[in-house]
Amino acid sequence: MPLRLKLKARDLARTLAATAAITGLVATAACGTRAGEETAATESCVDTSGDTVKVGSLNSLSGTMAISETTVRDAIALAVKEINAAGGVQGKTVEIVAEDGASEPTVFAEKAEKLIREDCVAAVFGGWTSASRKAMLPVFEDNDSLLYYPVQYEGLEASENIFYTGATTNQQIIPALDYLAETGVESIYLVGSDYVFPRTANAIINAYAEAHGIEVLGEDYVTLGSTEFSTIVNQVKSAGADAVFNTLNGDSNVAFFREYANVGLTAEDMPVMSVSIAEEEVGGIGVENIEGQLAAWNYYQTVDSPANTAFVEAFKAEYGADRVTSDPMEAAYTSVYLWAATVEKAGSFAVADVQAAADGVSFESPEGTVVIDGDTHHVTKTARIGEIRADGLLYTVWESEGPIEPDPFLEGYDWAAGLGDTE
Amino acid sequence: MSPAPVRMFLKTRLGTWTGFGAAAIVLFGLAPLLLSGFRLGLLAQFICYAIVAVGIGLAWGRGGMLTLGQGVFFGMGAYLMAMHLKMADAEFRNGPGAVPDFMELAGIRELPAYWAPFSSPAFTIAMILLLPTAFAVLLGLAVFKRRVKGAYFAILSQALAGAFAILLIGQQSLGGFNGLSRFQYFFGFTLADPVNQQMLYFIAAGVLLAVVAIALQLRRSRYGELLVAVRDAEERVRFLGYDAANVKVVAYAVAALFASVAGAVFVPVVGIISPASIGIVPSIMFILGVAIGGRASLVGPVVGALAVAWAQTALSEQFPSAWTYAQGLLFIAIIALLPGGIASVFKRFPTKRTPVEAAA
Amino acid sequence: MDLLVGQLFTGLSTGSILLLAALGLSLTYGQMGVINMAHGEFIMAGCYTAYVVQQAVGDAGASLLIALPVGFLVGGAMGLVLETLLIRRLYHRPLDTLLVTFGVGLILQQVARDVFGAPAVNVAVPEALRGGVDLLGVTVPKTRLFIMALAVVSVAAVTLVLRFTPAGRRIRAVVGNRDLAETAGISSRRVDAGTFFIGSGLAGVAGVALTLIGSTSPTTGQSYLVDAFLVVVAGGMGRIKGAVVAAVALGALQAVFETYSTASLAKVGVFLVIVVFLQLRPQGLFTLRTRSLA
Repeated sequence: MPLRLKLKARDLARTLAATAAITGLVATAACGTRAGEETAATESCVDTSGDTVKVGSLNSLSGTMAISETTVRDAIALAVKEINAAGGVQGKTVEIVAEDGASEPTVFAEKAEKLIREDCVAAVFGGWTSASRKAMLPVFEDNDSLLYYPVQYEGLEASENIFYTGATTNQQIIPALDYLAETGVESIYLVGSDYVFPRTANAIINAYAEAHGIEVLGEDYVTLGSTEFSTIVNQVKSAGADAVFNTLNGDSNVAFFREYANVGLTAEDMPVMSVSIAEEEVGGIGVENIEGQLAAWNYYQTVDSPANTAFVEAFKAEYGADRVTSDPMEAAYTSVYLWAATVEKAGSFAVADVQAAADGVSFESPEGTVVIDGDTHHVTKTARIGEIRADGLLYTVWESEGPIEPDPFLEGYDWAAGLGDTE
Repeated sequence: MSPAPVRMFLKTRLGTWTGFGAAAIVLFGLAPLLLSGFRLGLLAQFICYAIVAVGIGLAWGRGGMLTLGQGVFFGMGAYLMAMHLKMADAEFRNGPGAVPDFMELAGIRELPAYWAPFSSPAFTIAMILLLPTAFAVLLGLAVFKRRVKGAYFAILSQALAGAFAILLIGQQSLGGFNGLSRFQYFFGFTLADPVNQQMLYFIAAGVLLAVVAIALQLRRSRYGELLVAVRDAEERVRFLGYDAANVKVVAYAVAALFASVAGAVFVPVVGIISPASIGIVPSIMFILGVAIGGRASLVGPVVGALAVAWAQTALSEQFPSAWTYAQGLLFIAIIALLPGGIASVFKRFPTKRTPVEAAA
Repeated sequence: MDLLVGQLFTGLSTGSILLLAALGLSLTYGQMGVINMAHGEFIMAGCYTAYVVQQAVGDAGASLLIALPVGFLVGGAMGLVLETLLIRRLYHRPLDTLLVTFGVGLILQQVARDVFGAPAVNVAVPEALRGGVDLLGVTVPKTRLFIMALAVVSVAAVTLVLRFTPAGRRIRAVVGNRDLAETAGISSRRVDAGTFFIGSGLAGVAGVALTLIGSTSPTTGQSYLVDAFLVVVAGGMGRIKGAVVAAVALGALQAVFETYSTASLAKVGVFLVIVVFLQLRPQGLFTLRTRSLA
């Protein structure tokens, strides 16, 4: 082969120079706001002139998180259906635009932007992992739109553009610790998946334990989705704590509880308090492996109230008698009603009006009355400790005296000083 | 479709300039006119994937190295850029030496020492260019000198991507599982401003053109010939007295550099980088775009990367709950039926036959 | 001391899980150089086979015994279909099969999601395998002992088949030198199909066994895949004994690292060890001497 093709450095330089010149020219011509200057607000394109109003439902329907998030999608769809049957919001039929977040934060951000800017939805419901919420947050703030996030999370966040209808730490973690302390637990072992919720939760637990004289005997993290627990369970067993605080997520729980039962640990001698296991997960773990263990949530399918009976009946009628309802589903269902109630109170779909009207909006939800706190955009929630029983459902064994005010930054707890204050 | 004379013309110097001119008109002129702000932002994101693809085209298509772990280099560039943006945001809010917001939430009060230099834009850009390249050279020397190749190399690089993602998840000072997000400014420009978002698109498009130009020069150089020779008959090249490992290392390092730059552009465009974007599955997605577009051609990887990303978005918007079927079928059909990728459709009348085009 | 014994056992146990997942892969990858990314989904198919059989049979003990051979057939049949429809057609493009089988894996995951639902399902552990046995002062779960035994049986079966049956001889001949084997009148196509059947069947068996310790969901298989590939690479292509040694070594390594650091860092550590190891032995632990000019 003739070697006529030598590296033509001059050509390369020319091409690059030309490219740089064009890019520089076009890019500088297109320069916008600089740091410190006021950015022109983006125009909302929400169209409320017709008989319908669109909302987005953004959940992972594929990938690892589909396990949990498809149930939330169903709950959102049910709430919208009921609201429409009752005459809609502001007399308009609510129409769902569904998108798949594919268990990937970047996809969540992309789809959120698509829902806001292309579909012009009035609000978006969904998200599950903190990573997905953190990815969507700037999108909702920059485009000034609304996200209703239905999952318990690690707190330390408050955005004008997000309504958090799941529990923050003082409505779930702290009541769970109070319960353990009340029942005489003096030492605990912490097991969690390696991501932000368990790490933040365990930081809070450590601070709590120090202030309340509880000894933390160990703290272990596994990779998300890991199913290898022999080492950790062996360490838990030899540590001999009074209880285990479990912040594992998803699939890992199955392997953990099976291993736990197999080495002979039981709910009687070392109970496990879990914060990510609801009715949906119990089925996958197998009730025989987890019977008698504890969970901390705000809602169980067995909560005894007329609103919950109606919700469970409607859900089973819609999706099948074998389906169960769980806390995140209930929070998602509630979030749609809260949005509808806020819009009715504001008399408008506009984001600014909804934000202004939000404080004090309440809804008689399956878990009890929830009220939006206008400052933090969180809601009041009743904390419940549940025990897993043989039928695979969770039953309340302890509940807080009435709904707990949300305190995402734990400002009301002296021992929590220094945990993530942002100022 | 594109008969021999056109292909011949494109190989001339005038033809090259014409090709670049046409691409520039499409990217800088037509696309911003025709697309909404949101779609243009998406295109900028896809262009980042295309930049990675150009590098893979070089390493895999021309060099025969199936780099299943480009997410590592993409991630390096992205995280380096993200660190600078977080530092700049923090300093703009709270003055020099301020701790980025996510660290405060994670309970980190002191700025980790390795973060401090990233407040300098020049240092950041130098690192984006140098760090992944140096890492690729070291790893490449270690692997290729020992003649680890083919599927061994593919699986090693895949495991590397997996290990890198796991390592990052454990680093709270790099945002852990959540990654880094919520950037306010890009070198002083407000990211929320649509005008600046368009500027980012132009930067991405410019980088793509530059990267294609570099790849073209490499292909047409003597080195490019040597690289193909190593791909097709490594032993024989070695018998001729060349060090085949060095030839491979260069292509691998260039591919790493491109991926890193792509990652650096990706961060301000998309606004988040997390371990989920750089692990095993995203790395395979990079490769798929290249395979579908045509690994051995110059423009094929670009077209393929854009096509795969676009198809993914379009399909998932149309069929949110069943789109993975369509996606999987698409991969199977194109790769099984069109070994040369989309680019081979345009090669109906090949000017000369390259027998081992599909060798990997 | 207890912890040390526990860790030793954990290493063996993790190793046997890795081995079960990797054994089939080692066969197909070794013989055809095919990187089958759908192997994880075959494992997942084995998990769901165990689930379906248990739904049908009811008794957990009986269903496990039935599910093991059924899982082998289900995995094997899926592998056979994949080989006949796709992999055979990509014969000279081994790295393309990686991408195609990745697409197949995506589709299989979605199929599982649509058929069985996205949430994980529960496969009950037989009464006889619940609880643990005390060995040298540590409690060893019976399920893990079962999996170790199953791994030993699988390896023995594969070795016997390869060594003493006519089909096994043909497989070894094709692995050794494909062209020469063909010249001797062996139909390498049929051997390929047979190997793929056995390799994928082993994935099915692994899936059935893994329901004893892990969850059964559409994405179950993925978590085992990369580790399984590492075992095959470290062990050397197509070498069963390589896979055995590599699996146990990686399991032990993981367990040791995990004791002294975190589980996530242990993964990274294992990877680094493999890179260094491949510096010493680029072709893996046991190399097959072939006369090909590659």
